Amino acid sequence: MNNQEREPIFSAKNIKLFTAPLGRDNPVTMQVLGICSALAVTVKLKPAIVMALSVTIVTALSNVVIAALRKYIPGRIRIIVQLVVIATMVILVDQFLKAYVFDVSKQLSVFVGLIITNCIIMGRLEAFAMGNKPWPSFIDGLGNGAGYGLILIIVAFFRELLGSGTIYGFPVMEKIGIYHTGYENNGMVILPPMALIFVGLIIWIQRSRDKSLIEK
Amino acid sequence: MKHFSNRYIFIFSTVMVVAVATLLSLAATLLQPAQEKNLEIEKKKSMLESIRIPATRENTEELYDKYIKESFILDSKGELKEGVDAFNVILRNEQKKPLEEQTLPVFRATSDDGEKVIIIPVEGKGLWGPIYGFVSLRSDMNTIYGATFDHKGETPGLGAEINTPEFENMFFDKKLFENGKFVSVRVIKGGTDPGNPHGVDAISGGTITSKGLEKMLLDCLAKYNDYLLKNKI
Repeated sequence: MNNQEREPIFSAKNIKLFTAPLGRDNPVTMQVLGICSALAVTVKLKPAIVMALSVTIVTALSNVVIAALRKYIPGRIRIIVQLVVIATMVILVDQFLKAYVFDVSKQLSVFVGLIITNCIIMGRLEAFAMGNKPWPSFIDGLGNGAGYGLILIIVAFFRELLGSGTIYGFPVMEKIGIYHTGYENNGMVILPPMALIFVGLIIWIQRSRDKSLIEK
Repeated sequence: MKHFSNRYIFIFSTVMVVAVATLLSLAATLLQPAQEKNLEIEKKKSMLESIRIPATRENTEELYDKYIKESFILDSKGELKEGVDAFNVILRNEQKKPLEEQTLPVFRATSDDGEKVIIIPVEGKGLWGPIYGFVSLRSDMNTIYGATFDHKGETPGLGAEINTPEFENMFFDKKLFENGKFVSVRVIKGGTDPGNPHGVDAISGGTITSKGLEKMLLDCLAKYNDYLLKNKI
């Protein structure tokens, strides 16, 4: 126990907590969590980025709170306690956005509320924060939020580019004059099912590059 | 896992709920003034956009005072009413009342090109929640000078497109009346001829929001029918 307390803040183990969810242990492509919101917010890049940030903040903070309380939380009501913590964090984030960054709050609209239902957050609380100290939990939360956000941003990039011909609202396709050649935006990419196909493609690419990820 | 007694569990949950409730109500109360200010600026900004004045959050107040000089409220017969400030009328609450009791706000403004316009707020339902906006009419009380729409939670890239300039600009110079009869502006799926005075293109993939917007315009603007006919030039 004493050994762990003297562990440096950015030990190899802690850094791995952050990097693993970005690749080998990605919550979206490996654990297939948080797919529902990946459908909803990836039509455009901007909401995807804001959503990624908000989920990261909420996952990290609720991980810290749960990790700090982990010895006092009765096992029989732990899921309720986790939900209360997540819901409180989300409402607080929402209130702060509304008061100080109104434009972002407008951009996110309903999705702030949807963060509560994101299975990644509760998954991390239950799987990690309930059994670890606040600092590693914080890093784990950041890592998983970032891993989720990474996939969100990749999917949103392609959906916005192919579906609306823009990147972050900038009309790329129009500027390079591709419309003269008879190219048209693909309306199907905007529809929710295409997000799943993109996530599927990412999973495919990831597993074909690292064969050890393929389940037996 | 450590075993906790029922007593502990009850106390733990009570303390947790009280602590969370205190925290949330404290945050809500402390942040309320800033949030309300934001909403007020947002409303003024939308009104300026509906008369084609682009505003930023910083200069909204200043531009609002410069352009939007006058406001008043009407009843459904188009007669002037007294009592409340038009800016503070909450449309959603008015719409729940019977038509005769509703208060209809109107704002008067003079745009940069000297056109005297009136601004009418509209509110209706989209797919996921409320949609709202402002429509400004030229002094003939028939031609739309500008329009701006917004939404609470329509799907980005689909229904949410109603607040883009591409969509809003299609309303320029559309007509509300045909031979003295109120017909409003339709949102037409599959596109319409830009020359059509009563139609704009619907948003592909946003059919329910588009239809909601059409109904919102019809419902809200029809209430002003008497006033518009009486005051047209």
